[in-house]
Amino acid sequence: MLQRIVKAQLWSLTGFTIGILFFIIFFISIKGLPQITLEFLTSNPVDMGRSGGIFSTIVCTLYLIFVSLMIAMPLGVGAAIYLTEYTRESRLTHIIRFGTECLAGIPSIIMGLFGFAFFVMALGLGWSILSGGMTMSIMLLPTIIRTTEESIKAVPYELREVSFSLGVTRWQTVTKVVLPSALPGIVTGIVLGIARCIEETAVIIFTVGSSLRLPESFFDSGRTMAVHFYILAREGISMPNAYGTAAILILSILFINLSAYYLARQFLKKIC
Amino acid sequence: MAAKIVVKDLSFSYNHQRVLSAVNLMVEADSILGIMGPAKSGKTTLLRIFNRLCDLIPHVRIEGEVFLDGENILRPGLNVDRLRKRVGMVFDKPVPLPRSIFENLAYGPRLHGIKDKKRLEELVERSLRLAQLWDEVKDRLNESAMKLSGGQQQRLCIARTLAMEPEVILLDEPTYGLDPISTLKIEQTLQSLKESYTIVLVSNNTWQVARTTDNVAFLLMGELIEYGSTHEIFTVPKDKRTDDYISGRFG
Repeated sequence: MLQRIVKAQLWSLTGFTIGILFFIIFFISIKGLPQITLEFLTSNPVDMGRSGGIFSTIVCTLYLIFVSLMIAMPLGVGAAIYLTEYTRESRLTHIIRFGTECLAGIPSIIMGLFGFAFFVMALGLGWSILSGGMTMSIMLLPTIIRTTEESIKAVPYELREVSFSLGVTRWQTVTKVVLPSALPGIVTGIVLGIARCIEETAVIIFTVGSSLRLPESFFDSGRTMAVHFYILAREGISMPNAYGTAAILILSILFINLSAYYLARQFLKKIC
Repeated sequence: MAAKIVVKDLSFSYNHQRVLSAVNLMVEADSILGIMGPAKSGKTTLLRIFNRLCDLIPHVRIEGEVFLDGENILRPGLNVDRLRKRVGMVFDKPVPLPRSIFENLAYGPRLHGIKDKKRLEELVERSLRLAQLWDEVKDRLNESAMKLSGGQQQRLCIARTLAMEPEVILLDEPTYGLDPISTLKIEQTLQSLKESYTIVLVSNNTWQVARTTDNVAFLLMGELIEYGSTHEIFTVPKDKRTDDYISGRFG
């Protein structure tokens, strides 16, 4: 009897957690989905976003994701490979790990301020996708390093021994055996990074700015979807358009998550 | 017979613990040397020195010399990857790489510069035939190697080593945990291989050593107790400890 009560309680707690998620998705969808038309997606905001669409903010978001990942991916994956494959546990690796943990703990508003002071002002890059991308990449590094490291460590040691015993060099072993097996974990880190780029606001306002113009290059300022939503809602410019943007935000994060996991599973099926 | 590997005063310690002390022995070309001894006697360590896989362990100290065809393989600056191509290894647990049967075998040769598809196919077929696995897998070379049975996987590992066209093959308890039929197949494979390869077989199974090897080295607590022809050691062992071990009184 007690077993049943505990089980029922645990089930309802789990159900509650999932319920919150579904409630949020449901709420945003009800309010936002009616706004979404082809025109909403393909036209630029007009009159500060009171009318028109969100095309320029979608483009800005995509640019930002591209720049952030182009910087954070090689750095993060490279650092994780170094920490796991090329060095033994030592004081140095502990300091590096501690450093990345600390980096992960810095509040995003502070990172925004740093990006503003360093990239925007000191380096003179101005409010631009490049400044924002570089600041974001610093924020993504800890997650990418951590997830990559964990998934590289999960690759059985025997596979490396076999590869070495065949006279294969360490670097070839890493690229041909270790990284392919660790790929699902690495993809997870990158997906989390993409989601972070989509949802971040504080850093973006400080470094990319909030211009509604369609960015033409990485040196242009712009406004991502999350910032657009924030400004529309906060300044009470247009609640329907704010919910429309929010719905697109949530849908795109769902879509990216699902497709990344699908790709990783297909890949695993192919090699195993 | 010509000596392929000569071990001179080889000592090995790990974290200040002696694993091998002053081992002297010789591996004849085109023959099978069996290394036997109870657990923790240093068998595997000795094997892993022959292809320098011991380099992967931190805090080790190696003294003495090991010659492969007269060249000291312990000298600093030796090209370890080239050594490992000449001295192949099969582990106690079959570890297929997570890819197809064909790709498992082509993995090593391809990374050593064999790109020609025809040549790779020949190499794969020849190695699988030598390891007596060809007939069982010839129709499903593109299937995952993980789907093979344990005994098949171990023969695949032998074939993978053979595909490197090595001169020496090291086997670390290759039939550990396998059923008697798989064990028999692997022993038959070894017999046919010794015509053109030098083989070193570490085994806990005394009868396997008696059945398959030409010479035997008996290790105990890192010391070489006795070394000689298999026939001699199993009929008239010189040392009492060898006698005790093979008659099962300890170990």
